[in-house]
Amino acid sequence: MADGLSVLIVDDEIQIRRFLRISLEAVGYQVHEAETGQQALTRTAQLRPDLVILDIGLPDMDGFQVLTRLREWTTTPVIVLSVRDSDHDKVQALDTGADDYLTKPFSVDELMARIRVAQRHSQPQPETPIFSVGDLQVDFAHRLVTLRGKPVKMTPTEYALLRLMVQNAGKVLTHQQILRAVWGPEYVEETHYLRVYFAQLRQKIEDNPAVPKLIVTEPGVGYRLVVS
Amino acid sequence: MNEYRPDPDALLAAIQKGEARERRGKLKIFFGMAAGVGKTYAMLDAARQRQLEAVDVVVGYVETHKRAETETLLDGLEIVPRRKVDYRGTSLEEMDADAIIARRPQLALVDELAHTNAPGSRHAKRYQDVIELLEAGIDVYTTVNVQHFESRADAVRQITGISVHETVPDSILDYADEIELIDLSPEDLRKRLAEGKVYTPERIEVAANNFFRIGNLTALREMALRLTAEQVDHQLQDYMQVKQIAGPWKSGDRLMVAVSASPFSEKLIRWTRRMAYNLEAAWLAVFIETSDTPTPDAKEQLAHNLTLARELGAEVIIAAGDDVADALLRVARQRNVTQIIVGKPLRSRLAELLRGSMVNRLIRVSGDVDIYVVKGDELERQSIEWKVGRFIPQPKIHSSLQQYALALAIVATFTAVDLVLFSQISWVGYQVVGLTELLAVLLIAVYIGRGPALAAAFASAISWNFLFIDPRFTFQISQAHDVILFLLYFLIAIFAGNLTARLRTRERQARYNADRSMALYALAHETATAVNMNDVLRTAITQIAKVFDADVGILLLEGDRLAQDYHPSSTLKIDTKDHSVAQWVFEHGKPAGRFTDTLPQSPVHFIPLRTPNRIVGVIGIQLRSDSRLSYDQEVLLETFTSQIALVIERELLDEAAEQAAMLRESERLFATLLNSISHELRTPIAAITGAASSLRNPQTINNDVASGELLSNIQDAAERLNRLVENLLDMSRLESGRLKLKRDWCDVGEIIGVAVKRLESALGDRQIKIVIDPHLQLIRLDFVLIEQVIINLLDNACNYTPPETPISIEAQQRQRQVEIVVRDYGPGIPEADIERIFDKFYRAPGTAAGGTGLGLSICRGIIEAHEGKLIAENARDGGARFTIILPMIGEPPPVQEVNYG
Repeated sequence: MADGLSVLIVDDEIQIRRFLRISLEAVGYQVHEAETGQQALTRTAQLRPDLVILDIGLPDMDGFQVLTRLREWTTTPVIVLSVRDSDHDKVQALDTGADDYLTKPFSVDELMARIRVAQRHSQPQPETPIFSVGDLQVDFAHRLVTLRGKPVKMTPTEYALLRLMVQNAGKVLTHQQILRAVWGPEYVEETHYLRVYFAQLRQKIEDNPAVPKLIVTEPGVGYRLVVS
Repeated sequence: MNEYRPDPDALLAAIQKGEARERRGKLKIFFGMAAGVGKTYAMLDAARQRQLEAVDVVVGYVETHKRAETETLLDGLEIVPRRKVDYRGTSLEEMDADAIIARRPQLALVDELAHTNAPGSRHAKRYQDVIELLEAGIDVYTTVNVQHFESRADAVRQITGISVHETVPDSILDYADEIELIDLSPEDLRKRLAEGKVYTPERIEVAANNFFRIGNLTALREMALRLTAEQVDHQLQDYMQVKQIAGPWKSGDRLMVAVSASPFSEKLIRWTRRMAYNLEAAWLAVFIETSDTPTPDAKEQLAHNLTLARELGAEVIIAAGDDVADALLRVARQRNVTQIIVGKPLRSRLAELLRGSMVNRLIRVSGDVDIYVVKGDELERQSIEWKVGRFIPQPKIHSSLQQYALALAIVATFTAVDLVLFSQISWVGYQVVGLTELLAVLLIAVYIGRGPALAAAFASAISWNFLFIDPRFTFQISQAHDVILFLLYFLIAIFAGNLTARLRTRERQARYNADRSMALYALAHETATAVNMNDVLRTAITQIAKVFDADVGILLLEGDRLAQDYHPSSTLKIDTKDHSVAQWVFEHGKPAGRFTDTLPQSPVHFIPLRTPNRIVGVIGIQLRSDSRLSYDQEVLLETFTSQIALVIERELLDEAAEQAAMLRESERLFATLLNSISHELRTPIAAITGAASSLRNPQTINNDVASGELLSNIQDAAERLNRLVENLLDMSRLESGRLKLKRDWCDVGEIIGVAVKRLESALGDRQIKIVIDPHLQLIRLDFVLIEQVIINLLDNACNYTPPETPISIEAQQRQRQVEIVVRDYGPGIPEADIERIFDKFYRAPGTAAGGTGLGLSICRGIIEAHEGKLIAENARDGGARFTIILPMIGEPPPVQEVNYG
């Protein structure tokens, strides 16, 4: 249960707001609503929600502006709702400071998973020296990666990638975010690095590298390490 | 009965005239024999009358000449302010036609129709402004005196001795709906003059003794009465034509005037026009091109003459021939001419004896064609001599003085050299000298012309006799055979000179004709093969620039308006002044700018690109030499522009047809789409609505199995709806051409992985075999779109094969392309449908419900956008097989390990 965490839903469509309110209240969230960008800004300031679900297409101002204004003063996690065919919007939202995105139509399960991840990352992370997901274990202290108990040999680049993904487990990272973090800001255009090294990494840590389950590609956006 | 039936063409012309007149404003001319008869007064009086009838009247330009009774009439009439023009420090006032048009009155009053506008005005003459007012639908009252009519100007000068400089073309009468003659007896007019009602006192005496003599006034009055009578007669005929009243139809006469490069031809042309008008006859103006090379001045005069003839309504013909009389008659016979008008030769008796008289010859051989010989006069003769250097007899062009001088200089040089050789070298006899002189004559004939060659023949014969034939230094010839030799020399020189020059002319003419045909052919050919408007215009501009040595610009239409800038292929740059000229040309459909009477200060000559239906643009031409085009060049240019206009029209029609076809196609698609998707949309909506309403029923809610099934039914239906919408969106993006590929280096294996994962639920437990070539390089693709293709293909495979059959995906690299094969092991595609499965909305008969018929069409669209191929076939061992072939362009850039140093 969500222990009364508060969520602000910003969407101009009443049907979407209603379905989100019902679904979220059912699992214990306290739900507030806003219809416009302006309302979203004032409500966030007044109510200090623990999380904001923000639709990119708003009647008065676009979601990016709302996001930019929010990020001027708060780090409250923001999950952006967008439609398919707008990868550019998703990337822009993530680079503007959104924590994650969902493509309409989406299922409540997906939404809950995203909310949990965003919530977790907004909390101060306990310094866990060992991370494990499924059969994979990463020991940060010893720079050791094991798959079903067997050590996996990694190049420094592969390890750096894996460590970044693990640190952001469950969260989508855009191409630019990954390139900047691993290679440095002057490499943000070199997306082909990612194609090559993620393919190598998958060969080493995925059960079936042809259909990866651990590190999934978010088409047109980036990569995500799946936790659940 | 038949003979009373009006000629259909004439009838049509009369009706068209009527129609054109309805759109146009009405022109009423107050017409008098001289100043002071009271035209302006009558005009103002009539205008006031109209004003009382509530007609909106303005004064465009009225000159009261301070006559008190006239000035009182101006009271209460609105006056449009005049336009001020600065000309060499003095400020002149002109009628402001634009202001009048902007004011849009019903009736404008414009005095002194024949007035010449200040330099720098749009039109050279006020009557042109008046025509503009009429075309803007404004009625005009105007005044003019008989002496100002072009066709009467000569007669007036002969009678009164006063030259008339301000003239209006007689064709202005064609615009007139009404002519009111303000008649006054000469005695009354002189009385008014004496009373100071016409001129100020200091001018009265001068006027009374010169222009206003009783004799002059009587003659002018007769002329005015006659002109009015002619006009009334014409109106009557038009009326009869329309009302089908039997009467005197157009005569069978056809007039032809022989035009030359002489200023005198102008008079001939006007004379002929007047006669043709009175006879109701068609008329031609003919220029016969002979072997003589005209001077630039003569060329310009000729172009002017022929243009005048054309403006006055003649059909202009240029024919070639050395014998002017023969050539004239040939044209006359071809065109059924009944009367020929030629100028009376003004050359001396001697010249006539030596060269023969063309007029005499013409009269002798003319047969049943009547010949009118019209006299030129002394005054003009002087001006001709001053202008061209010597008088040019009708209707021949002769070479210039310089050419004669050059010819004689050549003869002199040859003679001098011969003299030296003759005295120094013993075996050079006078026969050799004679032959070298003959050579000189031939050279002159070839390179200079016939006249100079004949002069050279004459001069060399004399000098040969004088300097070389015994006894030398006399004009006598002692030996009988030398006499024969001399005579033969003379004859041979003349014949050879003549023949050579004639051949040369023929050749020049043939070359000119060939050049002209080539230029036209090139234009026609190039524009016919041009594939689009840009090509057409580029070709046209290049051709005109080449043939006329000019800079060329074409302004096309943008919607209904003229474009602001020349088409990019143009070699001219536009400025606002030029554009306003072009705009005028476009609105009025007449040429303007350089070498015209309208806005001649513009450096560019603008011609409308006119097709039978409309004006499709304006072409601007700036000759690099800035000299007036010759008449044939003008004709050629006209042919060029009409050809270009037709081609542009063709392109515009093509574009319109293409758009119409596209519209039809999209309407057809739209209809198919509606048919196809209304069913596809309704089914999931019906399922969702039904399931949801059922779930409201308490009994159903309590039944866990039933409610679970209904819920998954809703979910399935919603997914199907979502798929449909996505397909439609994809399709519309592909169709609209707005699909922009976001190419990036991609790993095909990764794309396949994502696609398979996306379809996880649809694939269920189905066995999927994925084989990726381990050496597959990265390739530049739009990740999301290619993923969409693979999803669609996999989805199809799922929908059309039994669930227990496997599906395989293979990707491999073959040289510089990547091949992705999606195959199933189901029943395969019916052979008959293989070609059609990529068509929009096509669904193989008997397939399960749930598809849109768009999936494969979208796939092919996306792959083709990547310059690839999508092939459908049936595998030999059963099942459908779809192969995507994507070309690999460029090498993937190298990658770099992280550097933590």
